[in-house]
Amino acid sequence: MSKNNSSVQGGGLGSRFKNMTDTNLLLLITIVIFFLMYIGAMIFLGSGFLRAQTFFNILNANASLIILSCGLSLVMITGSIDISVGGVTALISMCCAVYLDYKGGNVFVSVMIALAIGLAFGLFQGFLIAYLEIQPFIVTLAGMFFARGMTTIVNTNPFNVANESFVALKNTRINVPGMGFVNPKGEYVDAYVQIGVIVALLVVVVMFCILRWTKLGRSFYAVGGKAESALMLGLNVKRTKFIAHVLCGLLSGIGGYVYFLYSGNGSAANATGMEMNAIASSIIGGTMLTGGVGNIIGTFFGVLSFSTIQNIVASAGLGEAWWTGITKAAMLCLFLLIQSIVMARKKK
Amino acid sequence: MQNNKSSAVSVFLGKLVRQQFFIPLTALFLLALFNLIVDPSFFKITINTNSAGNPVLSGALITILDNGSEFAILAIGMTLVTAASKGQDISVGAATAIAGSILLRMLCGTNSRPETIQMPIIAAFLISCVVAMLFGAFNGVLVAYFKIQPMVATLILYTAGRSIAAWFNNNELPIVTDAVFSYIGGFIPGIPIPTPFFIAVACIIIITLVLKFTNLRLYTQSVGINESSARLNGLNPAAIKILSFVIMGLCVAVVGLIKVSRLSTINYSVIAKDIEMDAILAVALGGNSLSGGKFNMAASIMGAYIIQFLTTTLYRRQVPSDALPAYKAVVVIILVVMSAPVVREYFASLMKKLKKEVA
Repeated sequence: MSKNNSSVQGGGLGSRFKNMTDTNLLLLITIVIFFLMYIGAMIFLGSGFLRAQTFFNILNANASLIILSCGLSLVMITGSIDISVGGVTALISMCCAVYLDYKGGNVFVSVMIALAIGLAFGLFQGFLIAYLEIQPFIVTLAGMFFARGMTTIVNTNPFNVANESFVALKNTRINVPGMGFVNPKGEYVDAYVQIGVIVALLVVVVMFCILRWTKLGRSFYAVGGKAESALMLGLNVKRTKFIAHVLCGLLSGIGGYVYFLYSGNGSAANATGMEMNAIASSIIGGTMLTGGVGNIIGTFFGVLSFSTIQNIVASAGLGEAWWTGITKAAMLCLFLLIQSIVMARKKK
Repeated sequence: MQNNKSSAVSVFLGKLVRQQFFIPLTALFLLALFNLIVDPSFFKITINTNSAGNPVLSGALITILDNGSEFAILAIGMTLVTAASKGQDISVGAATAIAGSILLRMLCGTNSRPETIQMPIIAAFLISCVVAMLFGAFNGVLVAYFKIQPMVATLILYTAGRSIAAWFNNNELPIVTDAVFSYIGGFIPGIPIPTPFFIAVACIIIITLVLKFTNLRLYTQSVGINESSARLNGLNPAAIKILSFVIMGLCVAVVGLIKVSRLSTINYSVIAKDIEMDAILAVALGGNSLSGGKFNMAASIMGAYIIQFLTTTLYRRQVPSDALPAYKAVVVIILVVMSAPVVREYFASLMKKLKKEVA
């Protein structure tokens, strides 16, 4: 009893870290590093980073990445992987662009098209992975190939969408009160976010709730942690994996449309390498590819860290294109090493 | 009597289906049949003279031998990595860019448009081998000592590789004008068969000898099947995993040499793009398990040539290169569904049921 007391009061930080779950520890590390990075940028690089709009711009540009990363975190928690999300995003942007401009469609139906494409990929891939037990990497690799190829079959030339109601939606700005700045002309400019950011935040909240408080959410962790034990507990492992992939497909539908809303064009080169960015963001956010460990809030901060580092590199004067790639990789490497150390700690 | 005979046939068929070569051979057979029906000129080989005035063979089959050789070389390394580490190396494309960049840097020196090459090709190649093996070892260390899943560990190099390649050459695009250098990715004067094929054959002979006379196969498989029991038997799993990634690096350097020689220059963002996917597919097409353990090197190499067979077939059918992946994906899905244990078991039980009903 007394020993217990002293560890709580006196032992303090050390023992508290020891008792933390992997998920929470990795989450803490991610959040701390993000804030250190951002505050560091504010102090040393100043100007741009002191403006709230810079932060909102990061959000605007990465709303789709946040949504896709949520989907990836979900499948990674169940111990699977999906590398088709980038291809699906490109396919969605192309299909919606063609529908809106060439077929004169309306915006609501285009959203439905996006969701249907995402869902179709999720259903098909989920079935192959969960029920036919084919390796997720190969299935979603084929999914990526298929989506990328289909994008050019639908339309080869990149073009900007001119549909009026779509452009109006794309340019809708939601002002954030009290965060604006005074521009060089002396006018006050309101800080704003785009619709995509609201969607992304909603997705984060909903996914967080599902993973934290629903039976389904807990079963994702159980299946990813150890599928055999989950099976013995009476969980339907196959169905859980299937649902995870379907949800991921649906999220790539939403994320794909948000990407389309941001870029406003249909192009086969859209979202190149997006799947790897999403995987990297999830890992930085503390999701483990081995399954069973991960947190949506962490994923959110993972995306922010991943994109903030690019801004920092650009404004630190390392203009050459290669620095972005190298710093991103270095950051990923750092977080993987941290994860590896956390895993080693668990074994002790 | 009749019954006996039919059961013997079904046993034989069952054995055939369970053979590892069944998938690649069926794929090859179907592709060849398709071409024979749709376009018999696919198999025609003609002798042309190339721009240097040498007689060279040309035709779809020669293209397959030529381009498939790159995948075959990569498939050797990928098979070992897959077997030992239970995962795949997705950084081979980026690593090829690095190896090619180093090679050009060594050949051209600081001047990006030299009149003559700055050092012997073989020396430059050896240096690029060493660099590629070092990057392989980096991947290997992450996988073996830090216990990071191979796909994720190699994601680091995948992200950084092309940037590093551009960095080595200060983002310049050096051009090698040496005639001998262009033979490597093209034709040696007087020999009408593309050189990459000979390089692939050399690599295949080397790996066959290594697998025959060393314990590499046994060690790799035992680490892949059960790591802890391999350690209890006195093997060092970490060292073997790193070794497999280093061999992968060597394969990457060879492919980098061929790739750069074909173009005489380099394009950092395009060179060897998506080649990792084809290399992994070659291993999967060969019927090897992607979750490690036992492997069949010959089947992987065959898988590599089949991938190129498929690509060439699609090109001949006027499929634009951007749309190619969609068709490839359909073929891959059909193949993996066919070879999935669950599907096979289902069909086996279906056959049994049918047989019972007939009897």
